[in-house]
Amino acid sequence: MSFDYEAIGLKCGIEIHQQLDTSKLFCNCPSIVSEGKPDFMVERELRAVAGETGRKDVAALHEEMKQKHFIYEVFNESACLIDLDEEPPRNMNEDSLEIVLKVASVLDAKIVDEIQVMRKTVIDGSNTTGFQRTALVARNGKIETSKGKVNIPTISIEEESARIISQDADSVRYGLDRLGIPLIEIGTAAEIKDPEHCKETAEKLGMILRSVGGVKRGLGTIRQDINISIRKGARIELKGAQDLKLIPKYVEFECLRQINLLGIKDELKGASIIEEKTDVTKLLETSSSKVIQKALSSNGVVLALKLPGFKGFIGKEIQPGRRLGTEFSDYAKVRAGVHGLFHSDELPNYGITQEETDLMHNSLGLSLNDAFILVADSEDKASRALDAVIERARLCFIEIPKEVRKANDDGTSSYMRPLPGAARLYPETDVLPIKANLKEKFEIEMIDEKAKRFADSYKISFDLASMIAKGNFDFDGLVKKFAEVNPAFIAGFLVSIPKDLKRRHNVDVDSLKFADEVLGKLNNQDIPKQAIPEILLELASGKNIDYSKYGVDTSQAEMIVEEVVSKNKGASFQALMGIAMKELRGKLDGKKVAELVMKFMA
Amino acid sequence: MECKPGDLVEVKTEDENIIGILMPRPEILDPNILVIKLDNGYNIGIDKSKIKSITLKEPYERHETHKRQLKHNPSLPNVTIISTGGTISSKLDYRTGGVYADYTAEDFVEMLPELENIANLKAKSIMHIMSEDMCYEHWKAIAEAAAEELNNGADGVIITQGTDTLHFSTAAVSFFLPNLSKPVVFTAAQRSIDRGSTDAFMNLICAVHAAAKSGIAEVMTCMHASMDDESCVLIRGTKVRKMHTSRRDAFRAINDIPIAKVHKNGKIEYLHKNFRPKTNEIVESDTKFEEKVALITVYPGMDPEIIDFYLDKGYKGIVLAATALGHVPVNGKHSLLDKLERARQMEIPVVIATQTLYGRVNPHVYTNLRKLSVGRGCIFVEDMLPETAYLKLGFVLGHEKGIEAAKKMMLQNLHGEMTERSEANEL
Repeated sequence: MSFDYEAIGLKCGIEIHQQLDTSKLFCNCPSIVSEGKPDFMVERELRAVAGETGRKDVAALHEEMKQKHFIYEVFNESACLIDLDEEPPRNMNEDSLEIVLKVASVLDAKIVDEIQVMRKTVIDGSNTTGFQRTALVARNGKIETSKGKVNIPTISIEEESARIISQDADSVRYGLDRLGIPLIEIGTAAEIKDPEHCKETAEKLGMILRSVGGVKRGLGTIRQDINISIRKGARIELKGAQDLKLIPKYVEFECLRQINLLGIKDELKGASIIEEKTDVTKLLETSSSKVIQKALSSNGVVLALKLPGFKGFIGKEIQPGRRLGTEFSDYAKVRAGVHGLFHSDELPNYGITQEETDLMHNSLGLSLNDAFILVADSEDKASRALDAVIERARLCFIEIPKEVRKANDDGTSSYMRPLPGAARLYPETDVLPIKANLKEKFEIEMIDEKAKRFADSYKISFDLASMIAKGNFDFDGLVKKFAEVNPAFIAGFLVSIPKDLKRRHNVDVDSLKFADEVLGKLNNQDIPKQAIPEILLELASGKNIDYSKYGVDTSQAEMIVEEVVSKNKGASFQALMGIAMKELRGKLDGKKVAELVMKFMA
Repeated sequence: MECKPGDLVEVKTEDENIIGILMPRPEILDPNILVIKLDNGYNIGIDKSKIKSITLKEPYERHETHKRQLKHNPSLPNVTIISTGGTISSKLDYRTGGVYADYTAEDFVEMLPELENIANLKAKSIMHIMSEDMCYEHWKAIAEAAAEELNNGADGVIITQGTDTLHFSTAAVSFFLPNLSKPVVFTAAQRSIDRGSTDAFMNLICAVHAAAKSGIAEVMTCMHASMDDESCVLIRGTKVRKMHTSRRDAFRAINDIPIAKVHKNGKIEYLHKNFRPKTNEIVESDTKFEEKVALITVYPGMDPEIIDFYLDKGYKGIVLAATALGHVPVNGKHSLLDKLERARQMEIPVVIATQTLYGRVNPHVYTNLRKLSVGRGCIFVEDMLPETAYLKLGFVLGHEKGIEAAKKMMLQNLHGEMTERSEANEL
């Protein structure tokens, strides 16, 4: 399946969020992940408050409606009173800001004259304050892609949110270690032309970030949000796409979803919603449905909602494996924390029999063209869940709702919350505005260009050169400093030897740390290169090294070789080499041994 | 044309046109920056020297917000919320970049609709002042307003103010309402009320519960018991102190334990019975007060002439926040002894409280303490907080003259400001 994206009016842009490798943005905590048993926990609640304009934000109200409380796990090593919203923030971390300024410079963006820190209302608990601090650093940048220029209207710096550890119907548990880690956010204009182009743009931006450096690496440290809409559709913010390979799928499936929802809207003309909830607990008391039995065993109820004319539509697939009913059920789940929602298009199933389905139809006074929704839970929750379904069902006739959706691992997406309005941002008055600029335009060599240059000028394989370029090494400097050592060996020293040691001995060796010591000795021919893996192993274990056991001085070596030659008169060069190497392996370079053997043979 | 904050404007600079809302600029920040809110919600600062022109696109119209009327339910108790300003009633202030006081009691109800189910609320805003600017006239106004409300049908009163000097106000109002018969509950916020996480929400809910339903006829604070949004503690107004610059649970009972815990669901858990029970007596305010009382921190190397300064300015009483058991320098060039003698000659009472806050002063245990107590007639005020001692001395000197009379009243326990026994409470 593929669309003519121009014809359907695709508008697509991405926002890249990349963690920066500095201390936290508004406190001096290190940006580290904490594991194990937290030092203590704090329990909080959040409420929607009116913003600058005097209105409560729609997304904030939505979160308030869920009536959850939040538990924060705190490790003293990674969170402080600022993260706990118990102390005012410090001014913005200068190291993080500098990285963002450099990225802005590479993207040819204009840095704002004075950066204003803002508060973005977020009351899902992921920020202890009820807002996320964010600041627009630069505007109007651009990158070149194979399908033309893509503008970058905004480059911002912001705080990372707290990490969800677990959640249930009433509470969400967060870890505060991640809260406050600096993020650079790069937002493109809605100029991305198609799914593949979206991936390419994301890749390019990722490459730039890694090339500038100072960014965190590894799973979860970079996330893409994708904004997608089609003509007559609605803007959707798809959150948390981590896998680049899935990006084209996300775009394609969202287009598909919107096309299908628009189709439903056109066909749904005769349908309606009866906005009352019918208690059908009595009728389903003996049902063998586990969900219903579970709800009833804890004094719950089964409520039904009548949807005349909806038959067939609720079960209609709008994304692979997802139906309109899935959207309804997402709303109910998110808004009321209920899990037991059934719609008539999927019945009989899940332990609800044909007889029970017919009984529902009859007792609700529905005809064959009509549909119904059942929710089993506590009365309050079931009622709130049906309110959410009513709200979503109403929109089927009117428009596709603007939503923030979660990017699922199969390329589909699920409803998270309504798209926030502009009332979300108000000034962070606890910190000063910042005048910042780079002294001069920041130039970088992209990782791919750098790899090519290393391969060409140092005559090393492209693979090895790429690994060196991606790492954080001053390779040019090392090559220059240790001029007697083959650049390919230095590259191997930095990447292949540690990899090999990890594989063979399961030891992590940061060879760069020992580069001066070990490569220096190699450069002076004090040690043979064969001994280096062993030396690194010893160094990594923290031992003091007796280098003399790895090297022999020339006179000693001469004596050994002379003895070998004299004891084995008439032996071939190969044979003599073999015996001599037995004595000198790891102590003297093979080439040197060969020279000596030749010398004494003559 | 002159553009005002809030107007939609177009700013032309050397290299771009920016459309957005003109924002107010705090006066203390660089005046050469113009702040614009872009349509994506972000504010940016533009260097004014780069601006070629600013044109008005759409003038700002202020929308009047309708405050809803508070309803009356005859089966519920009546509580008056007296607001005075502070973080709990603060909104953003674009003049200083900080927050300013603008909330009234109706706003609290707007924000916390459940308050209406706890009590019939009445709102009274008597001043808009940050707590660091408070002094006698404000404490007097608060005490008088509280008495008036309690005598006019309120079952309890809540006072909202800034946190910084909250413990000064509670001590002052404790002395100013000598025959209090109903709860007077001070509450406040450590986090501004414009954020979803503000502690004001639970503090207010618990304060309304305490004012409406508790049987405690004391002046007390109602603030977070811990960093959790779980419960508040009611602490006696003469024994409470702000012990942290910013935490929600900054307010602690010193040399005492809280009177009760108020859970956010309204449950009141009494921790002891040492409080005056609620009655229907008329509440009278007695705000006679001597303002010329100084609170001086004692420290090594201090200049003894600081005492002269106050004596020369006509001060009528001095509280020394002395070190630990009540010491001040008594030997060498920093000795205060001569100055204290001068005070005694002038019949100016000098009160000794401790800057350790925790623990009790002792007039006799060391020779150097006896030099102050026996030798100079200083009044050692047991485990009374220095701030409480300061307000009590002002109150005492509003009623009595001379060292002996002052001493007698200072050592009389009026509102639980001293304890008889030092229990081993948690610090």
